[in-house]
Amino acid sequence: MNANSKDLSAGLLFIAIAALFAFQTRDLDMGTPLRLGPGAFPLLLAGVLALLGLIIVLQAFRNPVTHSMTIPWRGIVLIVLAPIVFGLTVRGLGLVASIALVVLISAYASRRMHLKLATLLTIGLTLFCVLVFSIGLGLPLRLVGSWLRGLG
Amino acid sequence: MELLLNLGLGFETALTPVNIVYCFIGVLLGTLIGVLPGIGPTATIAMLLPITLALSPVTSLIMLAGIYYGAQYGGSTTAILVNLPGESSSAVTAIDGYQMARQGQAGPALAAAALGSFFAGTVATLILAVLAPPLTGLALKFGPAEYFSLMFLGLITSVALAHGSVVKALAMVVLGLLLGLVGTDIYTGTPRFTFDFIELADGINFVAVAVGVFGIAEILRNLENEHDRDVTVKHVSNLMPTRHDLRKIAGPVMRGTVLGSLLGVLPGGGHILASFAAYTMEKRISKTPERFGKGAIEGVAAPESANNAGAQTSFIPMLTLGIPSNPVMALMIGAMIIQGITPGPNVVTDEAALFWGLIVSMWIGNLLLVVLNLPLIGLWVRLLKVPYFILFPAILAFSAIGIYSINSNAFDLFAVAVFGVLGYALVKCECEPAPLLLGFVLGPMLEEHLRRAMIISRGDPTVFFTRPLSLALLIIAAAVLILVLMPNVAKKREQVFVEED
Repeated sequence: MNANSKDLSAGLLFIAIAALFAFQTRDLDMGTPLRLGPGAFPLLLAGVLALLGLIIVLQAFRNPVTHSMTIPWRGIVLIVLAPIVFGLTVRGLGLVASIALVVLISAYASRRMHLKLATLLTIGLTLFCVLVFSIGLGLPLRLVGSWLRGLG
Repeated sequence: MELLLNLGLGFETALTPVNIVYCFIGVLLGTLIGVLPGIGPTATIAMLLPITLALSPVTSLIMLAGIYYGAQYGGSTTAILVNLPGESSSAVTAIDGYQMARQGQAGPALAAAALGSFFAGTVATLILAVLAPPLTGLALKFGPAEYFSLMFLGLITSVALAHGSVVKALAMVVLGLLLGLVGTDIYTGTPRFTFDFIELADGINFVAVAVGVFGIAEILRNLENEHDRDVTVKHVSNLMPTRHDLRKIAGPVMRGTVLGSLLGVLPGGGHILASFAAYTMEKRISKTPERFGKGAIEGVAAPESANNAGAQTSFIPMLTLGIPSNPVMALMIGAMIIQGITPGPNVVTDEAALFWGLIVSMWIGNLLLVVLNLPLIGLWVRLLKVPYFILFPAILAFSAIGIYSINSNAFDLFAVAVFGVLGYALVKCECEPAPLLLGFVLGPMLEEHLRRAMIISRGDPTVFFTRPLSLALLIIAAAVLILVLMPNVAKKREQVFVEED
């Protein structure tokens, strides 16, 4: 059977999320019409979302177009990795090293990046961030974190 | 008389050196991101919101507002010069603006856009000042049922104005509402959908959602095909419009302003609709409609005035009712809450200086934009050539620092990553993120008012239909929904948005 791949995946994604939320309401009190419990409104919404997802899936079969998608895998991995790495290292390494890592990792998400440019970008942006956020705006971020302190 | 007193208070607040400086920074940043590709006002404001915590509430709101309307100016500059609308509301401007630029008329086109925007901004700010206080009076008469119905209407309008399929936009709203409910239930204290993460007890961080679905997803979309933008216009001259030009744009600017001010108040993002409606109207009443699309100055002046007027009046529901009409207003509400101000009809009395200072600052900001931007056009043109691979590492670095500094919590950064992937997946499936964010902000409020209304009505759900104001709002919502689902309207709507793309 042919289907519109974008509609089909959107509809299935919505149904899956609706199911997850609905499943999570099983321990929540539904309450009475007078005093709606914590589970009532979410369950209603999950039901509506599942219904909408189903309509989108059905529509997908009415209008079968297959899309060829170019997915920038390298970009996705690196761009998503950058904030995670920052979250994991900002305390331990401190702002300077952590932000340098973010810039370096994300810079390579572009296929046109090369070493010289990446180095320049990393140094420039790290300097800029420290000057603006730490010194200029006075955000309480340690420049050098606890992991590096023992070394010096 | 009271208006003058209030505006006096506003000028007193807005004209302090600190506020002028941040208003200037705001509009400059706004223009910058309006010009730069791949980053819009929603993502920028989300990124900078945590940083403004160090400022006083008035100053931070003045700056954030400046980014918002500054981006409208910047967006029209790129629309005219390179046929790439920086913001979706300036998409219509590109049609005739770019044609004018190709004919060597870039100067008059930019001037028409700037002057039209300034005039519209001035009028709309006045409308805001005149209308907001009586509207807050009306808002005080609102009960939970009315609030519920009004938010419902806002969500439905945002669906109607979203690109693409109506059903998908509805699903995005509902998904947003559900995500908004994550966290501790306010009535019973029960944790909901927290998956045993303590970090989720206060709900998912709003800024993380905004940066994820708008910022990260947009970067990923731009990485699909990287290419340089070719800027053909090297020099812009004749920035001073001739008397002949002025006479030609006076009417369109006036009509655009009125239309934009009206549509901007609509909950759900009316200012995007405003520019399109203004363009269509000018084309229809013009004696020479065949000139449109080939470089008609009216086709630049009218939509630019309309979208700027709409951008200003979209503050009305936010300031009077505490209800956001678009994602940017949702962020402004977020900023208020973080600063310890409860948004709603009380702001005008409890925070009079903030309220009037913000309104007056918008007029000052518009003035700054005209005075500064026309001479700076050369700089903006050069900025257009900044390659994207330099931009997005900077965007990521700024947002990482911004998000971490809200709660000093690494969890929020992981949330950014999750919502970035979710947002990108949804965008790839042609689902627009704006309704999701609006739903996310309104979710808790909608539930609270629903439950409160049910308690007051003693469990009778017909309360939403028996109170006249609530019924009226629901009827409008139903009408909007039926209208966009009607086959021939649906077809027309598709065409409208295809042209906009």
